[in-house]
Amino acid sequence: MGKQFHEAKKEWQEKLTRTQERFPERKDSFVNSSDLNIDPLYVPHQESIEEEYMEKLGFPGQYPYTRGIQPGMYRSRFWTMRQYAGFGSAKETNKRFRYLLDQGQTGLSVAFDLPTQIGYDSDDPMAEGEVGKVGVAIDSLEDMETLLNGIPLDQVSTSMTINAPASVLLCMYIAVAEKQGVPKEKITGTIQNDILKEYIARGTYIYPPKPSMRLITNIFEYCAKEVPKFNTISISGYHIREAGSTAVQEVAFTLANGIAYVNAAIESGLGVDQFAPRLAFFFNAHNNFFEEAAKFRAARRIWAKIMKEQFGAKNEKSLRLRFHTQTGGSTLTAQQPDNNIVRVALQALSAVLGGTQSLHTNSRDEALALPTEESARIALRTQQIIAHESGVADTVDPLAGSYYVEQLTDQIEKEVLTYLDRIEEMGGAVQAVEDGYMQREIHQAAYEAQKRIESKEDIIVGLNEFQLEEEVQADLLKVDEQLEKDQVQQVQNVREQRHDSTVKEKLKALEEAAKDEKSNLMPFILDAVKAYATVGEICNVLREEFGEYSGV
Amino acid sequence: MDQKIRVLIAKPGLDGHDRGALVIAQALRDSGMEVIYTGLRQSAQQIAQAAIQEDVDVVGLSSLSGGHKALFPKVVEELKLRGAEDIPVIGGGVIPDDDVSYLEEKGVHKIFTSGTPTTEIAEYIKKLVRGEVV
Repeated sequence: MGKQFHEAKKEWQEKLTRTQERFPERKDSFVNSSDLNIDPLYVPHQESIEEEYMEKLGFPGQYPYTRGIQPGMYRSRFWTMRQYAGFGSAKETNKRFRYLLDQGQTGLSVAFDLPTQIGYDSDDPMAEGEVGKVGVAIDSLEDMETLLNGIPLDQVSTSMTINAPASVLLCMYIAVAEKQGVPKEKITGTIQNDILKEYIARGTYIYPPKPSMRLITNIFEYCAKEVPKFNTISISGYHIREAGSTAVQEVAFTLANGIAYVNAAIESGLGVDQFAPRLAFFFNAHNNFFEEAAKFRAARRIWAKIMKEQFGAKNEKSLRLRFHTQTGGSTLTAQQPDNNIVRVALQALSAVLGGTQSLHTNSRDEALALPTEESARIALRTQQIIAHESGVADTVDPLAGSYYVEQLTDQIEKEVLTYLDRIEEMGGAVQAVEDGYMQREIHQAAYEAQKRIESKEDIIVGLNEFQLEEEVQADLLKVDEQLEKDQVQQVQNVREQRHDSTVKEKLKALEEAAKDEKSNLMPFILDAVKAYATVGEICNVLREEFGEYSGV
Repeated sequence: MDQKIRVLIAKPGLDGHDRGALVIAQALRDSGMEVIYTGLRQSAQQIAQAAIQEDVDVVGLSSLSGGHKALFPKVVEELKLRGAEDIPVIGGGVIPDDDVSYLEEKGVHKIFTSGTPTTEIAEYIKKLVRGEVV
């Protein structure tokens, strides 16, 4: 690149300016969700290309993993197609799971209802109106047995979106697997188990941060020995983004939380390479196509550097950021819902080009209700079309080397590192959460986004432009209102049929263990679950000991 | 000069999605109202009590969990039980068309669904408080 390049660049710049005098640009400035400026053109900016390539990108499967965590990525195996599902009763959800597996889905992902996620039984007054609504209601081991009936747990991996009561649901899963004859060393899957983002963005917390962090490190420790193939946490930016953050904030706050978990585990006495290989991540895929693809690449590079340089991880697996992606729920419109199929396709493509390990594609009707079976099928088909028909999975990281994507990746990295420094200065993610720092940043971004939509600075097709006068809503999934009554009856039956003194004894043992900070609670919870103690009963024991978090 | 309109924005039930509630609270503040936000996980009783204590002109409920059919009418009932049926209740969230008429029958004044501009909600509240809508 000598004089020629610079002359040509200058000539281009002048020509562009002349053209723009006649045809002004559509906007005063082009920016993405993270408020990063988008230039009209990207050109090579590196002097010594090979050196920079090795530092910033490397080969796939090699540090810093910008191009992907495996050397061949999707040339051997596609990502796992994992659709999040669950509603009503365990029996109904089991039917949907079997349907999705029949349709070619390759992993399960369980949505629990809110009472389960917040540790209330279905007959608790706090649960009224919420039983079985946003997911399946699980009260005791009996429900879990029904949920997983006929699904071979040695073959299917299961992701469970469960946080505050993650240990309880994981223990139920272990217990069902054992009943199927599958030892806990063999089961595979993921528990979300990410409490920090619950305080920040998702809201299903129970206990205050400190005991919650203990429960999490207890799981890390127990699983490292007993359940080695299970991902013990899925550090989630998804909900942070849904709550309104920018792409940069999504990565920054997620990685800040990740750092906090690593620190907590190290403080509890674990070696970094003992648990870090089982850490997983969960990101969002929104509309700005290249920003999203670059975001995933940047996240991988930043995490690898943090693990290596800050925590001294030696095991390669500790350096690799593995992640699940879900397309952006908040980008879906209630208006002209079929348009959402197209949005989801583009978002899913950005995740695949960003090197995701597994993917959930949203259904077109999710701005209105839980998806119907037909909508859920189209969402799965969208992934299958990308995988089998588009050819994008035939080579590794096909966007690499695009001047735009590489510079965007660098820019996102730089902005994320600025946030990470700021959070570090505040005393780390736990402190930042308690101070409400991330919550305020996210809310501000959400409000700005809303204003841009209302002023039509951002166009959302079908919402603030290209609207239809009259729209007739298609058939939606309805959760049977009778379900709540049935579920209440069922948990009461379980309480009558089980061995009450055993339950009391196991809960008492858990209570004693909870008092001793050094004690790992997992074996006690597993014992209680096997005696058919309910989610609510177990969580109430811990509520008594740990107290409840009540928001900032 | 009129007194400022006072609004209680509340999240009934266990739903943790508060992006909409927070955005609307701020938009209403920006349009000159006083807004009290309850935070998450409020029971119908707590919401009715807060509405009375804070002497609000209107209560806005937000739910994205599908629990609206059970939870919104309960807030209307609890207000009535406390002799505060004159405080109108409006709502929003992920609410299918079919449920909107049901909620209105149960005494909820109006439901604003996804995509409604915040300015439209502010205008509606002003009219509602002035008694210009029935």
